[in-house]
Amino acid sequence: MATVLDPGKLTLTDFKGKVDPDWCPGCGDFGVLSSLQKVLFELNIQPHDVITISGIGCSSNLPGFINTYGMHTLHGRALAVATGVKMANHKLHVVVTGGDGDGFGIGGNHFIHSMRRNVDLLYVAMDNQIYGLTTGQTSPTSQRGMKTKSMPFGNVEEPINPITLALAAGATFVARGFSGEPKHLVELMKQGLRHKGFAFIDVFSPCVTYNHDNTYPWFRERVKKLEDDPSYDPSDWQGAMQKALLWGDEIPIGKFFQRTDLPSLDQAEPVLEGGPMALRPLGISKELARDLVAELM
Amino acid sequence: MKRTFAVSIGGAAGQGVATPGDIFALIFARRGLHLNAYNAYQSIIRGGHTFLTIRTGPEEVTNFGDRIDLLIPLNQDTIDRHLHLMRPGSAVIYNGDTIKPKDRTEGVQLCPLPVNELSKGSRNKVEQNTLALGASLSMMGVGFQPLEEVLTQQFKRKGDAVVTQNVGIARAGYDYATANFKPFADPLPMTGNKYAVLSGNIALAMGGVAAGVKFYCAYPMSPSTGVLHWMAGHARKVGIMVRQVEDEIGVINMAIGAAHTGARAMCATSGGGFALMTEGLGMSAMIETPVVVIDVQRAGPSTGVPTKTEQGDLWQMLGAGFGDFPRVIAAPTDILDCFNLVPEIFNIADRFQCPGIILSDLLLSEGRSSIDPKELAFNPKIDRGELITAAENNGKTTGYKRYKITESGVSPRAIPGVPGHVHTVATDEHDEDGVLISDEFTNPHKRRAMMEKRQRKIGGIERAVRPPELMGESGAAVTLIGWGSTKGVIGEAVEILNSQGIRTNQLQIRWLVPLHGQAIVDILKTSGKRAIIVENNYSGQFARYLRSETGYVPDGHIRKYDGEPFMPHHIVDSVKEQLAGRTNLSVPMHEIMV
Ligand SMILES: Cc1ncc(C[n+]2csc(CCOP(=O)(O)OP(=O)(O)O)c2C)c(N)n1
Ligand code: SF4
Repeated sequence: MATVLDPGKLTLTDFKGKVDPDWCPGCGDFGVLSSLQKVLFELNIQPHDVITISGIGCSSNLPGFINTYGMHTLHGRALAVATGVKMANHKLHVVVTGGDGDGFGIGGNHFIHSMRRNVDLLYVAMDNQIYGLTTGQTSPTSQRGMKTKSMPFGNVEEPINPITLALAAGATFVARGFSGEPKHLVELMKQGLRHKGFAFIDVFSPCVTYNHDNTYPWFRERVKKLEDDPSYDPSDWQGAMQKALLWGDEIPIGKFFQRTDLPSLDQAEPVLEGGPMALRPLGISKELARDLVAELM
Repeated sequence: MKRTFAVSIGGAAGQGVATPGDIFALIFARRGLHLNAYNAYQSIIRGGHTFLTIRTGPEEVTNFGDRIDLLIPLNQDTIDRHLHLMRPGSAVIYNGDTIKPKDRTEGVQLCPLPVNELSKGSRNKVEQNTLALGASLSMMGVGFQPLEEVLTQQFKRKGDAVVTQNVGIARAGYDYATANFKPFADPLPMTGNKYAVLSGNIALAMGGVAAGVKFYCAYPMSPSTGVLHWMAGHARKVGIMVRQVEDEIGVINMAIGAAHTGARAMCATSGGGFALMTEGLGMSAMIETPVVVIDVQRAGPSTGVPTKTEQGDLWQMLGAGFGDFPRVIAAPTDILDCFNLVPEIFNIADRFQCPGIILSDLLLSEGRSSIDPKELAFNPKIDRGELITAAENNGKTTGYKRYKITESGVSPRAIPGVPGHVHTVATDEHDEDGVLISDEFTNPHKRRAMMEKRQRKIGGIERAVRPPELMGESGAAVTLIGWGSTKGVIGEAVEILNSQGIRTNQLQIRWLVPLHGQAIVDILKTSGKRAIIVENNYSGQFARYLRSETGYVPDGHIRKYDGEPFMPHHIVDSVKEQLAGRTNLSVPMHEIMV
């Protein structure tokens, strides 16, 4: 686990990045960034033991605004890069951030496969149901009928439901947050970061500039926390599926599902018993080399 | 001329062409004979036509040659296709019950085996193969002992009864041939050496082990899949994290992720998969995280001919990825070089923090060659460049700049986890500290400085790689220029031409980037009267590249793009027709129908 150099000495500002975010004032992504910083601070994780990895998009600029190791990769590829990072150094805490276009559109294939592999990381999708950085086109989560620059007469396609998709693909921790509910979001992120396996949080993170349908007030009227219902059982996959299908006057947020009985990818790989790949010495013994050649003689 | 002996085994996929091929290879290599093997096959699991040629001899054998000394057709189709290629002194061993030679070739010994009689009516389909193996070894003068050893080893797991049965059948074939067929005039000599038999793909994978690769990932694609198979099979034994990924976009991104943590990471694919990787290649260059990608060329374009060879990806490698960035590209020149090149290119990629591309092809990757185990250097020189793997100053370092502007263009690279060096790398253009300058902070001076910093590495790379050298004496009548996998076959053509009084030398290019164009042009000024570029593609990709870099235009070209590799006589005949002034572009016809 993480090497804590100066326990107790961290402050929240230790997680402040080199530059301030350049998001539009009021953008939902601010809430996600500050929640993530808070979680790392409260869990007392050293900045150098975390790596935040993103793709491309407004939301994907997040690694530049937080003081952890970071990678700002290619559009849609953050999860593939993150899998490589985790499997080469499983001692690092890996956090992946990005937008709905990045994760569910161009990155859809990696999304599905990292979930079924149960890669141990926290994936926070900042879902604004629009392409922000490219100035407002339809995204995979844009609602039917929504007018955008690329579908000026209204979206005629059905959106993806990231929660049912994640459940179906085998994610072992599936949650939904709202950037307008930071305390709740911090709690979800904490659980997600502690979860040993793929933790997915779809966060409603309104784009105040290009999405005039799904706004803060629109969400405030609708979101309802699963945690407020004491009878809700997040270990029940079918119950989670049912809840996840709700969309309309009531939209559930919270932890839909978690299971802890499956090994994460790093736990399933015996090769890692010898410690992180990245930190091992290079080269092999003379005996092993001789063995390898003997197979061919 | 070197003494060699070539056996070809042909049949439908599923008829077991591979097993007798492997057995021959093992027997030759254990008797200290060198060998080179090439399998012509199709993308089919059953049926089709598979034609494996193994050429052996006491000295190094670099290609499968021009002549078949022994043909073992496993079905009628094979004998129909190839009997006419057989020359006086050669022989054909086949199942006399089921296969009937249609035309007779003068001086070719036809050796039908009464398979039903010899195998006592057993219905085991591969028995004709075992009988033929026994008969072959008798005629080659190898003796029965080596075959018995290999069969015993091979069937040990299935129990003594199976071993006895197989050895018995092989013996029957051996004895029958001894009694009924004329042995080859010149039995193969033995040497005291023992060689290993490697495919290019296995050599690349083991080269990865030697280089200290700790992460390998791939998506299956012929003809590169052999690397994945070896890596996956040995991952636990040698300690490599091996992953099969959802697609090649994922492959390169995952490899870069792993490389970013400080692990040496490698992946392999063929042209189609490489096309998907190109955006990732640019990322490797932009964030300055070294990764090594192997492209095993097959005949293109598009899905092309998955089981056929070509040198058609050069321009894809040169142009892969948008924007300008430093990269290194090298094409191994033989199977041993597949092994040696991997650590070498990793050292360069690590030192200059850029992507490294190994350009192999089906001929090398799926071909096999004998290698003296002493030549496999598993502990080569390792140079990781300026890599920061541990905290300095008690972890109190401040002001670390990942992309510090330096004279060499190389900035010390700290791996994640090291205290005091926290930074974010970015595919967007960034400043020295990794902060993006792509959006609102864009500053043309900073952009220029970063661009020049990265490109300055090219100078260092050029100095780190040796220019090519002429093989043979300058002042010849002909200089043959090749690149990568054609070294062996061109080399043999050179030998033949020289033996026929046509003074020829060879310039084989291994490093494509950096090319050392000036050095090449200087060599060609005095190397010979006529320079001819030999390559396995349609458009002369290397010739066009050399011209674009240097303005140099050769006197002639020899090209082949039918999916099959060059044979020595293709090159020899082409040189002669060019010397006679008949053409300056020869496209030899492949005579073996596979
Ligand atoms: C391969 C590739 N295609 C397209 C783009 C252009 N592009 C950048 S961000 C983006 C979409 C952004 O939407 P999203 O991921 O939802 O993030 P947001 O900006 O809304 O946070 C697109 C299409 C790109 N950078 N790379
Ligand atoms: S365009 Fe939208 S998503 Fe992008 S920063 Fe502005 S508000 Fe946020």
